[in-house]
Amino acid sequence: MNLTLKVWRQKDAKSPGKFETYEARNISTHASFLEMLDVVNEDLISKGIEPIHFESDCREGICGTCSMVIDGLPHGGQPGTTVCQLHMRYFQEGQVVTIEPWRAKPFPVVRDLIVDRSSFDRIIQAGGYISVRTGGTPDANALPVPKQNADLAMDAAQCIGCGACVAACRNASGMLFMSAKMGHLSYLPQGQAERSRRALAMVRQHDSEGFGNCTNQYECEAACPKEISVAYIARMNRDYALASAKEMAGVE
Amino acid sequence: MATTTAPAPTTQRPGTNGANGTLDGKCPGGPIESHWDHYKAEIKLINPANKRKYQVIVVGSGLAGGSAAATLSELGYQVKCFCYQDSPRRAHSIAAQGGINAAKNYQNDGDSVYRLFYDTIKGGDFRAREANVWRLAEVSRNIIDQCVAQGVPFAREYGGLLANRSFGGAQVSRTFYARGQTGQQLLLGAYQALSAQIRAGGVKMFPHTEMLDLIVVDGHAKGIVVRDLWTGEISTHMANTVVLATGGYGNVFYLSTNARGCNVTATYRAHKRGAFFANPCYTQIHPTCIPVSGDYQSKLTLMSESLRNDGRVWAPKKQGDKRPPQQIPEDERDYYLERKYPSYGNLAPRDISSRAAKEACDDGRGIGESGLGVYLDFGDAIKRLGEPVIRERYGNLFDMYEKITGENAYQQPMRIFPAVHYTMGGLWVDYNLMSNLPGLHVIGEANFSDHGANRLGASALMQGLADGYFILPYTIGVYLSSEAGKKLPPADHPTIGTVRKEVEDRIKRLTSIKGKRTPSSFHREIGLMMWDKCGMARNRDGLQAALKRFPELREEFYQNLNVTGEGGGANAALEIAGRVEDYLEFGELMCFDALHREESCGGHFREEYQTEDGEAARDDENFAYVAAWEYKGTGQNPYLHKEMLEFKKAHLAVRNYK
Ligand SMILES: Cc1cc2nc3c(=O)[nH]c(=O)nc-3n(C[C@H](O)[C@H](O)[C@H](O)COP(=O)(O)OP(=O)(O)OC[C@H]3O[C@@H](n4cnc5c(N)ncnc54)[C@H](O)[C@@H]3O)c2cc1C
Ligand code: FES
Repeated sequence: MNLTLKVWRQKDAKSPGKFETYEARNISTHASFLEMLDVVNEDLISKGIEPIHFESDCREGICGTCSMVIDGLPHGGQPGTTVCQLHMRYFQEGQVVTIEPWRAKPFPVVRDLIVDRSSFDRIIQAGGYISVRTGGTPDANALPVPKQNADLAMDAAQCIGCGACVAACRNASGMLFMSAKMGHLSYLPQGQAERSRRALAMVRQHDSEGFGNCTNQYECEAACPKEISVAYIARMNRDYALASAKEMAGVE
Repeated sequence: MATTTAPAPTTQRPGTNGANGTLDGKCPGGPIESHWDHYKAEIKLINPANKRKYQVIVVGSGLAGGSAAATLSELGYQVKCFCYQDSPRRAHSIAAQGGINAAKNYQNDGDSVYRLFYDTIKGGDFRAREANVWRLAEVSRNIIDQCVAQGVPFAREYGGLLANRSFGGAQVSRTFYARGQTGQQLLLGAYQALSAQIRAGGVKMFPHTEMLDLIVVDGHAKGIVVRDLWTGEISTHMANTVVLATGGYGNVFYLSTNARGCNVTATYRAHKRGAFFANPCYTQIHPTCIPVSGDYQSKLTLMSESLRNDGRVWAPKKQGDKRPPQQIPEDERDYYLERKYPSYGNLAPRDISSRAAKEACDDGRGIGESGLGVYLDFGDAIKRLGEPVIRERYGNLFDMYEKITGENAYQQPMRIFPAVHYTMGGLWVDYNLMSNLPGLHVIGEANFSDHGANRLGASALMQGLADGYFILPYTIGVYLSSEAGKKLPPADHPTIGTVRKEVEDRIKRLTSIKGKRTPSSFHREIGLMMWDKCGMARNRDGLQAALKRFPELREEFYQNLNVTGEGGGANAALEIAGRVEDYLEFGELMCFDALHREESCGGHFREEYQTEDGEAARDDENFAYVAAWEYKGTGQNPYLHKEMLEFKKAHLAVRNYK
C-alpha cells in the first residue's frame, strides 16, 4: 500500500518545529506502523535526509517507549494497542496520515517525535514504591493475599508508563499513570504502611511537574494501551483526601 | 594476565592459535553445599562509613543492573547507573513473559536446591560451572521473598498463596509468574527500589546514555566513555569499579526476540580492552515465536514457553500438506515432541524443541506460506478446561498473537517457528562475578553465566536478580577491599583523554564516510548470514564461509556506509551504525568459537557431530571447558584460554529427555 505522511520535524527543544510531507511506498499490510516508518527512514537516509526520529525498543507493547499521536489519537487509537503493535492493515490505500509527538508541557520535545518523560520517573521517585531493603524479608508465603486483591493490583501494575494518558488529556493530567501505581501498591498488604505518605508525595510531585488536574473526561482511559480503569483515579483521590486530612490534623 | 598461567602447549585445534592458558574460576573449596555460606563468612567486609568512599559505575538498569544499583546504594556505595533507554524502567527485561524459577517447593512436588541445580546443569548440557549454579539455586528462594516484599503482584491461588507453573526441562512446578508479564513486574520492583535510592541521593541515574568504551588504567577497569543519545555529548566517568549489566547480544542476528536497542557494544568494547569473551557461540533459539512474515520485519515476537503447559506442538504427517489445520484429522498429525521425548513431551528443553521443529520443516512438513512453521494447538486444553481458564492464564499472549497475525488462537492453532532469543555466552567472570580484567564486574545476561550451553526457561530472570540483589553486593567487596586506600586516577590522567579521543574519532569516521548503504542494511546482511551459518545448525564449511565474508563486509562498511547528520544531537543513524560496527567484529568471533568447538552441545549444534538419531553428540574428553577468548586485534585470530569444567556433584551424563 501507499500512504502520504505529514510528520512533525523539530531539530531540538529550542528550535521551532513544522510538518514535513513524505511518501510511504509499497508498504506491506502485515507491517507494523513503526516498520512502515523504518521503511520510510531507510529511504530518507539513502537520499541523504536525516531519518524521522522516534523512540521504540521492545516493539511488542510492553516497554512503553514508543509514543506518537496519529491523526490526533495517541498510539493511533486502536483499543489496547501501542503504536508498535498497530498494524498497517488498519490503514487505507492512499490515506494521508498525520504524525505528531505527545504534546504536553511536562513532556518537552527532544527531537521530532521524541519527548522527555523524565517527569514520570520523578513521580515514582517521590514515593511510588514500598521501602524495603534487599534481604531480611519474610518468606513469600508468610503473608497471603486474597486472589481478588492480587488481581486488582496486577490490573493497575500493568501500566507501561508511556504517557498516552497525558497526551490524550486536555489538561495534560498524569493522574491515570500516578493512580495506577498507587492502586497497585494499595491493594497489597505490603503497601499499607506508606499508603498516606505515598499519596501526598506523589500528588505533590505530579503537580509541581506541571501536570494538570483530572476533570473527568476519561480520554485517558480510552487512550491507555493497557486499558487501565479510571476507577483507580477515584481510589487515589480518596487516599489523597484522607492523607491530607490526617496531615492537617497532625496524625501523620 | 593475572588469572592465567603461562600458555601451555596443547594439540592445535582448527581456528585457534594452538597456545592455551587455563583460567581459574576461583571457586571456594570444600563441599559445594556450604561454598557460599563459608565464602560469605570469610570475605573481608567494608565498614559502612568506608563504603561511602567507593564509587561504583553500573551500566544497565535491567533486572541485573537495576537490582545491583539499588542494593549497592542501600549498602552505602556511591552509584552511577546508565542505560540507553529514556528511563531505567524500560530495560529489555521488561519484555520477559513467562516466569521466574525458584526452589521453594511450595507445591510439595519434590523440588529442592539440588534438583534446581541439577536441572540447570543438565539443561545446560554440562557446560556450566557447578559452584555458580549451586549458589544460584540456593539464592533463588530469597528472590521470591524479596520481590513479594516489594509488592510484585505474582499470581496467587484462591487461598491467597503463590501459584506456580511448569517450564521446559523440569518435572516440578517451580515457576512463579505475574500473568504473561513477569519480567515487567519484576523489573518494576527493581526500578522502584532504584527510584527510592535515586531520590535518597545514593544513585545518580543517566538515562538515554550509551557506553561506548571502557577506560582501563594500569590494568584495572576504572571508568567509561559515554554518549548522551539526546544531545550527542561525549563524557567520561570514573569509579573504583565498573559493573556491566548490559544484557545479551542476540541482535547480532538482526531478527530476534530482543528489543531493538539491545546490543553488544558495551561488552565487546570491554573485550577489546582486555576482558575475555566466553563461549560466544552458545546462543539460544526459542522454539515458539511468531514466524517471519516479510523483509520489512524489525523483530520477532516470542510466544512464551509457558504456553507449552497447555499447548500441543504438531506438524502434519504428510509432506506439503497445505490444508487448514482444522481439516487435518487427528491421525494425520505428528505431535513430534510427545512422540520423540515421551517423558518431557511438549515441555522438552528449548534447544531440543527448536531443532525438532527445524527437522519437521526440513522434511517438507512445515506449515504456512513459507513452510517455516509448526502448530501450537490449544484445542484439547480448551476442551478440557474451557476457554475462560485459558484466557486467564495466557490472555495477553493470545491478544498479542492476534494483533500481529490477525488470527484468533482460541479458534485455530498458533503458527510458530524458532527464533533467536537469548545468549548464554558473555564476558568471562570468576566466582566473584569479576572478569579477568581486575575491577570489571559483569552480571546478568552479559556474563557467560550459569546456563552452560543452553538456558532453561524462567532461569534468566532468576540469574539476573540473583546476581544483582544477592551475589554482587557481597562479592564486589572482595575487589574493593583490595583497592582500599588507592585513589581514583586523576581527571587529567592521559589514558582518560586518549580513550575519549578514540571514541570521538570513531564517531567522526562513521559520520564522514557518506557512502550509499544505510547502517540497517549492513545489520540485516550480517543477521541473515549469522542465521544461515551460525544459527540452529552449524557446519565447518558454512562457518568458514562466514569467516571469509566478515573482513569483506567490514571493508565495504568503512567505504560505503551512509550516516546522515553529524555527531551532535540525537542521531538515530549514528546509534545504529556504532552498534553494527561492533557486530561486524563480534559476529566473526562467534563463528570462530563455533568452528573451534568440534562437538554439539545445547544451543551449539554442529551437523558433523550428532548421534544416529540426530541428537547432539557432546565430546567431554576434549571440550569440557569454557572457551574464553582474548582479543588480539581486528581480523587477527583471538587467543584461547580454557577454564576446565569439573563435575563433582552432578556427574557427567548423556542428556536424555526421552
Ligand atoms: C521476549 C523475551 C521474553 C523472555 N522471557 C523470559 C522469562 O519468562 N523468564 C526468564 O527467566 N527469562 C526470560 N527472558 C530472558 C530475560 O528477559 C533476559 O535474559 C534478562 O531480562 C536480561 O536481563 P539483564 O538485566 O541482564 O539485561 P537487560 O534487561 O537486557 O538490560 C540491559 C540494560 O543495559 C543497558 N545497556 C545495554 N547496552 C548499553 C550500552 N552500551 N550503554 C548503556 N547502557 C546499555 C540497557 O539500557 C538496559 O538497561 C526473555 C527474553 C525475551 C527477549
Ligand atoms: S516499543 Fe515497547 S511498547 Fe512500543
